[in-house]
Amino acid sequence: MAKPMHPTPRIDQLESGPWPSFITGLKRLANDDGKPYQDMVVDLLGQLETSYETRKGYWKGGTVGVIGYGGGVIPRFTELLDEDKKPKFPAAAEFHTLRIMPPAGMHYTTDILRKMCDVWERHGSGLIAFHGQSGDIMFQGAKTENVQPAFDEFNEMGFDLGGAGPAVRTGMSCVGAARCEQSCANEQKIHRMLVNNFLDDMHRPALPYKFKFKVSGCPNDCMNAIERADMAVIGTWRDDMKVDQAEVKNYVASMGRKKIIDNVITRCPTNALSLNDDDTLTVDNRNCVRCMHCINAMTKALSPGDDKGVTVLMGGKRTLKIGDLMGTVVIPFKKLETEEDYESLVEVAQNAIDFFAENALEHERTGEMIERIGLVNFLEGIGLEVDPNMISEPRQSSYIRMDDWDEEAAKWFERKAAA
Amino acid sequence: MSAPRMPIESGVPEPFQYMHPVMQKNFGQWKYHDRPRPGVLHHVAKSGDQIWTVRAGTQRQMDVYTIRKLCDLADKFGDGFVRFTIRSNIEFLLGDESKVAPLIQALGKEGFPVGGTGNSVTMIAHTQGWLHCDIPGTDASGVVKALMDELHEEFIREEMPNRVHITTSCCQINCGGQGDIAINIQHTKPPKINHDLVANVCERPSVVARCPVAAIRPAMVNGKPSLEVDEKKCVCCGACFPPCPPMQINDPEHSKLAIWVGGNHSNARSKPSFQKLVAAGIPNNPPRWPEAAAVIKKILATYKKDAKDWERMNDWIDRIGWSRFFELTELPFTKFHIDNWRGARRSLNASAHIRF
Repeated sequence: MAKPMHPTPRIDQLESGPWPSFITGLKRLANDDGKPYQDMVVDLLGQLETSYETRKGYWKGGTVGVIGYGGGVIPRFTELLDEDKKPKFPAAAEFHTLRIMPPAGMHYTTDILRKMCDVWERHGSGLIAFHGQSGDIMFQGAKTENVQPAFDEFNEMGFDLGGAGPAVRTGMSCVGAARCEQSCANEQKIHRMLVNNFLDDMHRPALPYKFKFKVSGCPNDCMNAIERADMAVIGTWRDDMKVDQAEVKNYVASMGRKKIIDNVITRCPTNALSLNDDDTLTVDNRNCVRCMHCINAMTKALSPGDDKGVTVLMGGKRTLKIGDLMGTVVIPFKKLETEEDYESLVEVAQNAIDFFAENALEHERTGEMIERIGLVNFLEGIGLEVDPNMISEPRQSSYIRMDDWDEEAAKWFERKAAA
Repeated sequence: MSAPRMPIESGVPEPFQYMHPVMQKNFGQWKYHDRPRPGVLHHVAKSGDQIWTVRAGTQRQMDVYTIRKLCDLADKFGDGFVRFTIRSNIEFLLGDESKVAPLIQALGKEGFPVGGTGNSVTMIAHTQGWLHCDIPGTDASGVVKALMDELHEEFIREEMPNRVHITTSCCQINCGGQGDIAINIQHTKPPKINHDLVANVCERPSVVARCPVAAIRPAMVNGKPSLEVDEKKCVCCGACFPPCPPMQINDPEHSKLAIWVGGNHSNARSKPSFQKLVAAGIPNNPPRWPEAAAVIKKILATYKKDAKDWERMNDWIDRIGWSRFFELTELPFTKFHIDNWRGARRSLNASAHIRF
């Protein structure tokens, strides 16, 4: 006999309206007679209604995991107790999440999604988030005893736990080359090579704090990599962008010169575009900064060049502790063609993670460490050379010792001569 | 007793096994795309192959029946291949144009809005909230449900000057990230400390180290080792709460919502930008957060009316200036809008550039 539903007048109000309702979904599970998760979801709704009433959260962490790994499960135990210090909603007293890494680019067949649902129906709450902000599939709501069997089944299906805590975290990559003409990289390969080479640092958390990889195939950066990743890999190109002049003329003919001038030409951040009298386009490619605007606006006429590669930025993160930071350039351009190229990208990541592990303070992200020690110390620590593409402008303050200026200047000319 | 099963450390799965065959075949060989209607993308490969993508909104936290329903639709009307966007929209991949309209109709019948492409207000990036997080000041899925009900028409149309990304965060860590509009918890009172528990629950030196303004110090309280907060220095950020739950920061009355605008992760036109504070003191008012929704709708309506084609929220404000932004949105400008964090003087107007 299933538990009766708790009265939920507040969250019931989230069932109306045109957007799909997660409350309606939860109620479907709570009314699903005979299913192992039924009572758990009845009590989950009870606790959620309490939060809506008191405007307080009632979950605390703890230690729950799977054999062989030190992270990847988010333990949740209820803190909502009755007068006898017993859980007020006992069937949902344990409500742990398994973070499972999706296929790179988040592609699924209906077959694999149905299999995931079947596992989660047997071992979990029946509630799945596609996806968390971390980039994981969040299988939300397992009792402690069900965490291992659920993981074993997902693991046998070819899926692995993602990161949690002070560890290499689950990465993300855009749809990229699979469907997007603006892709300048093999995003899924970069994503898988980076994350899969650091699984030990993911599954056995021992870093100062989290370290995230994100990969976007072009500077539109649909994965928010610069903003959110400790190491962002952004596809780009260094030769001329491609212009199909016949298609440019078609755009001018259909949209009119004014619209093209107002929406494309004058929106170029470096004034690198000029619309000619014969309705063809001239591009000052040396001053194009690869911002993507004109390519986004005229998808049929303009596209990235052929000499593709990636820009690497490091140090992006969210607010805690010193404030939000964007990643900054550490490699302006890197070719990714041969296996050796890809391996050298992994080596860059390895050097950055080793340096981070060695030098960051506890709970300090890469970006905060760079802020504390200065970019130059970081670059020297991971073996990368300085480049003017790493800055918006040179230093303004004269308070700096420059004893070995001549040697540093000589290095610049040597590097230039070698290039 | 048999040896325990050890994990297969397989990492990120290879995606081709789950990818639509047209996408596998034309991997890295796409030519251009267009959008035949809101919610539909049409990509053409150099080979001449084509693929149609129908994008629909979901509630993100989905029960297995919702997922199976989406699978049924993908099998019956599509080719059995889907993917998810970073903002939890589902995409159905179709190799045949004739399948587009029937799928859209079926999605509509089942209550899944088709849209979120181009110049729309797409799905809100959000976090876990009261449903699952251990430190939330508010809910996430509920806020998003309430707001997307209000913004539904802007999701299914492409009538904004440019795309609009909205995010929510249930604490000041800001897991929701940067957005054209961000709705984030903002605490207004220092943590309330349960001194009976601190010594047993918290590693005191790491809590002291966590404070961004060095306002926490070790102290003996009622004969027990605990922590105390210099409330004059405290910025009420809540950074001490995750490592030390007895330092309760969430408050039903004093944890408010703040609204930030102009965050943009794209490099298109201008460099990626952070969001800036525009409104605060908004009550955390479940189940539908009407006060927050009203501010967001006012900002969106102003942006929609005043911004030019292709201007994202930040581009628009760069053009019209912040004084005009506050004038047009009728939001109050206060002393709290003037930054005093590190590097803040760079955000001040060191010029005679004034708009009248």
